[in-house]
Amino acid sequence: MYRYDGYDHQMLADRVAQFRDQTNRYLDGKLSESEFLPLRLQNGLYIQRLAPMLRIAVPYGMLSSLQLRKLAYIANHYDKGYAHFTTRQNIQFNWPALVDVPDLLADLADVEMHAIQTSGNCIRNTTTDQFAGAAVDELEDSRAYCEIIRQWSSFHPEFAYLPRKFKIAVCGTVDDQAATQVHDIGIYIVKGANEEIGFRILVGGGLGRTPVIGKEIFDFVEKKHLLTVLEAILRVYNREGRRDNKYKARIKILVKATGVEEFKKKVLEEWALVKDSSLTLTDEEIERCQKFFDAPDYQELGNSPAKLIDKLQSNLLFAAWHSQNVKPHKVTGYSIVTVCFKETGVAPGDVTDRQLEHLADLADQYSFGEIRISHKQNIVMADVRQDQLFELYKALETGAMASHNLGLLTDVICCPGGDFCALANAKSIPIAESIQRKFNDHEELTNIGEINLNISGCMNACGHHHVGNIGILGVDKKGEEYYQVSLGGSSKNNASLGKIIGPSFAQEEIPGVVETIVGVYKDKRSGDEKFIDTFNRIGLDPFKEKVYAKAD
Amino acid sequence: MPKLISKDAVLDNPWTVMKASTGPEILQAVPGKNFIVPLQFWTLYSEELNDYDGSIAVWIDSDESPEKIADALHSLPLIALNFPVFSDGRSYTNARELRQRYAYKGEIRAIGDVLRDQLYYMAQCGFDSFEIRHDQEAELCLEAFKDFKTGYQSTIAEPTPLFRRR
Repeated sequence: MYRYDGYDHQMLADRVAQFRDQTNRYLDGKLSESEFLPLRLQNGLYIQRLAPMLRIAVPYGMLSSLQLRKLAYIANHYDKGYAHFTTRQNIQFNWPALVDVPDLLADLADVEMHAIQTSGNCIRNTTTDQFAGAAVDELEDSRAYCEIIRQWSSFHPEFAYLPRKFKIAVCGTVDDQAATQVHDIGIYIVKGANEEIGFRILVGGGLGRTPVIGKEIFDFVEKKHLLTVLEAILRVYNREGRRDNKYKARIKILVKATGVEEFKKKVLEEWALVKDSSLTLTDEEIERCQKFFDAPDYQELGNSPAKLIDKLQSNLLFAAWHSQNVKPHKVTGYSIVTVCFKETGVAPGDVTDRQLEHLADLADQYSFGEIRISHKQNIVMADVRQDQLFELYKALETGAMASHNLGLLTDVICCPGGDFCALANAKSIPIAESIQRKFNDHEELTNIGEINLNISGCMNACGHHHVGNIGILGVDKKGEEYYQVSLGGSSKNNASLGKIIGPSFAQEEIPGVVETIVGVYKDKRSGDEKFIDTFNRIGLDPFKEKVYAKAD
Repeated sequence: MPKLISKDAVLDNPWTVMKASTGPEILQAVPGKNFIVPLQFWTLYSEELNDYDGSIAVWIDSDESPEKIADALHSLPLIALNFPVFSDGRSYTNARELRQRYAYKGEIRAIGDVLRDQLYYMAQCGFDSFEIRHDQEAELCLEAFKDFKTGYQSTIAEPTPLFRRR
């Protein structure tokens, strides 16, 4: 993974000192609440319902075992012994005290980590496919470009006070696992004419209260122009994005209002100014960043070793876990393992300090000392030897991390919701749990098959409900918590936004509603058709009829 | 007199920012001043300004574009860019546009809600002088320019991005 040099360390040290000074001035009353607000947000610090919440940046989701151990220490030392994986591949702590935050940031800096620009109206952490570098269907490893974007966007002096937050995702695989099309800028690594690798760029996607699928602005941009084109887009947005209404301030609204052709014209005008400037990437810089993501020291091994086959035949639970949680790797003899953090009764994405330490040990032992966080709030060990899968599985079992519901209905994406978040209209964690309790039979879950269910506690959509095959949104109806259900969303290559099924439901009705929806799917599916494909074939009506017939 | 600083010193401030609502009669009433006039004033009263015996500069609000003044830029010794509120980031882009697109070589001044914690970024984007808000301490503000020793980007202050320097 990327390693800091003297420059990176210096900038981080400067940032920690800067925020320490800002915090002190705030605590001394020399900096007003409203003046401190964007400063603390750009260092990841929210003031939440119960305490401050600190969001730590995990660039494109990658963590080393050293960093995991530091996070475990932080969870233990500054928090109540746990942390939370977010839907943007970051980590949140729910209980640090404001006065401790500068020290906490200094601890993070020791392991090349920070909370820079994890919040606020600025360019946020760049996200990517959690299988980057190991995926079988990858054109090129996206992480080097993510790192290039991370550096360009960190402390960018012109774009620290944008109209609204700004999220970029990069996808290098054929099968899009990064929800690329619902980002302010979505970047696909593509092959152009003459087999040259470059970027296809989408702009104006996003979730929140006005969900939009991004629109293509450039079908091919040469590698060397990556940063100049980003700079041009951001400059148009910074100048012209709306600032009078925060709900209309995202770039998606600007692109919609301007029209993508006109918007592109403006970008081209700005791009002309910087296109061949010193910001043009050099081959040396691309190679320098790629080197950090060179393949680890793989052994020469064969696929499906006897040791694995034996265990798959003799241990049914292991076989069930293997069929859900283990995916093919581009290198023979290796597999990609996803550790699913969706145990019933635990808030999706929550992880304890002991689990973090355990994960660090397992990463060292089985996956070259690295893990990744996925936007579905799970953990990926990307480079596991197939002949060690069973050992890893047993070790995960000891840490209560061997859930085998990955990709199934109970692998819910869920925001912290009304239990923690000051913005939420409704709770989301108890909804996730009630659904998990309803569907507690693994055989039935595998029978239902691949389906994703996403829950957000308000229309800011941190739980990505718009792009859930089944989406659940908490709404406020005269002071009561209600839940609106939508169907047919997807964040994959054929991204689509879910359609609202009808009037919202009370909390206790939700598990039954989900059961009815799943029932309709099981009746109507043909062969091994997935939920989303059945939905696309038969539409919303059959679901609607059944759900509301039952409610009457 | 509003406090004025550069990146390394507290400066005398010979310029007066004219409020947006001011009418042309002020030119008669107050002769021999150095006025920074609103962009609209400058467009509306160009003749009166030509006859005025003091120096004239222009200030551009965050929702205005330097484009409107492009042809006359090089006759102006100073352009001020306003921050109606410190969290409005448009004037950073306007400063860069002045330098990059229009090759403006004169002084660029930050006016309005100019606070200590944004000064470093302003300097990177091409501002030379800073009329800090009345409650800001000038000595404390001078520290702000040392917040970071270096940055990753290609900026007006440091056109060569770090990847070409490291």
